[in-house]
Amino acid sequence: MKANPKHVLTGVYYIDGDVASGYGAMAAGCRFIAGYPITPSTEAFEAFCRWGPQVGAMFIQMEDELGSISAVVGAVWSGIKSMTITSGPGYSLMMETIGYGAMLETPFVLLNIQRGGPSTGVPTKTGQADMMQSRWGSHGDYELIAFAPESPQEMFDYTIRAFNLAEKYRCPVMIMSDECVGHMTEKVVIPEADKIDIEPRRFYTGPPEQYLPFKPDPDLVPKMAKAGDGFKLYITGLLHDEKGHPVSNEEYSMKYVKRLVDKIRLNKDKIIELKEENTEDADIVVVSYGISSRVAVKGVEIARQRGIKVGALRLVTVWPFPDEKIAELAKKTKAFVVPEINYGQVVFDVARCVHGQSNIVLVPHGGAGVHNPADIADAIEYAAKTDKQIEGVVEFKTRLEKLVFEGGFKLKE
Amino acid sequence: MAEIRFAGYGGQGIIRSGIIVGKAASIYDNKHGTMSQSFGPEARGGACSSQLVVSDSKVLYPYITVADILVAMSQAGYDKFEAELGDDGLLIFDEDLVEPKSPHGNIKTFAIPATRFAEQLGKKIVANVVILGFFTAITDVVSYEAMKKAIPDSVPEKAIDLNMKAFEHGYNFGLELLKKQKDPQK
Repeated sequence: MKANPKHVLTGVYYIDGDVASGYGAMAAGCRFIAGYPITPSTEAFEAFCRWGPQVGAMFIQMEDELGSISAVVGAVWSGIKSMTITSGPGYSLMMETIGYGAMLETPFVLLNIQRGGPSTGVPTKTGQADMMQSRWGSHGDYELIAFAPESPQEMFDYTIRAFNLAEKYRCPVMIMSDECVGHMTEKVVIPEADKIDIEPRRFYTGPPEQYLPFKPDPDLVPKMAKAGDGFKLYITGLLHDEKGHPVSNEEYSMKYVKRLVDKIRLNKDKIIELKEENTEDADIVVVSYGISSRVAVKGVEIARQRGIKVGALRLVTVWPFPDEKIAELAKKTKAFVVPEINYGQVVFDVARCVHGQSNIVLVPHGGAGVHNPADIADAIEYAAKTDKQIEGVVEFKTRLEKLVFEGGFKLKE
Repeated sequence: MAEIRFAGYGGQGIIRSGIIVGKAASIYDNKHGTMSQSFGPEARGGACSSQLVVSDSKVLYPYITVADILVAMSQAGYDKFEAELGDDGLLIFDEDLVEPKSPHGNIKTFAIPATRFAEQLGKKIVANVVILGFFTAITDVVSYEAMKKAIPDSVPEKAIDLNMKAFEHGYNFGLELLKKQKDPQK
């Protein structure tokens, strides 16, 4: 199915990542956003609000983030596509209902413009420290999908992709962007509607009396019905059978929870998106995502000028994690360098897949800024020159850390 | 590649200036222009700045490392960002609002009474566009043609004429100044 031309603002724009995501939601067919505006994600709401109501879409500012995500789940069950947008503490408040969405196999999109943390942290500056929260934040066992865009253009493109995958696999999909990309203004090309593929909702079309809301198709994903259209719908966060009625036995729990994780795990190859560059004969591979992957390219360029054979693997989707790809690279790679704006999150998943076959160097960042590309280059050089095998993850000391922790640091306005 | 800082206070159109030049460069000159705005939690009203990196290839690092050009429209903005200007940098400022120190390195300075010109043209608010015209004449970051396309795109429709006048005024002032510098006798 192609996008509705009324929803697509075809043209060439100079807009920031937040706005691009708002326009992407429109193009994807999102008809409802509920949220509680929070810096640095507010421009995404504004963009949606400016155009959405003209084509019948709606935004409601809820009382808080708990209400926001609950309204989104409700809207999806009424038959429309829906999204919420947040950052920082707002993301934490949404965790419970993300699990509710996963349990009820509710397709929705959550845009998180990550900011400095923890807690209120640094609202106006960047961070990448919600990555593990995006994977494990809600209680219980489930799988979901997360993207990490690196430019306003990708914010547009991957917002649409996020909606499409949410519908295809009936699960929450996260766009794990960050303040740097959200507030970065660049050229964004919005194509004609007939160039944009849209995944329609899997609606049930058989006789209403035979409808079972949680009976899966062969690809493990069940069909949906609109609430209020005459189907029997029983919706509960309790473990439920195919009718949606609560059950609590061990066998059923095994069957249902396994399906929740398997519908993503068994389709991993269709979901995972990677950008691989010069990894074939590389000694060192830089694994990164989002804004850090963009800055890392500069670090890689500097390292190549120093004569080091270095390749790059960019995780466009971070979850599900590309276990096999990393394991395969580990067989021929001397070391992995992982820059991320936190003190170690995705790097431990890299380590899990590398399984001691290569060294792993984390280039950390405490947030409120992006890496200095020279630090990434230095970490690559360090990894290339280190011949002994090192247990666990090595934390590279950056210039800023040396300045802050080893003296010479003066508080600057 | 050029790293440019626009600095002033909230309401002067400092962010808008970054957007106009970035748009001219990326959409009409087919370069890559990445603009980031920086503000603290206190945000509106106070000191305000935007940073723009213009390059022939994709901009990988979106922030300023060493500024090539500082466009200062307030003393506070100048004081804060003067130090990040490289030794071969270029300083453009509103001479009624900024009193620069003697420059470090080989910095070249270009002064314009942008706000005064804007007032003469009818509205103080177009001072930033006057200075953008001046910027276009002095630097080679964006073309005159690209700017002429980007400005109408970026301002309210009823203000297009005034903004275009402001742009031309600043641009011509810049050309005159360059002529005088080349040939001081005239």
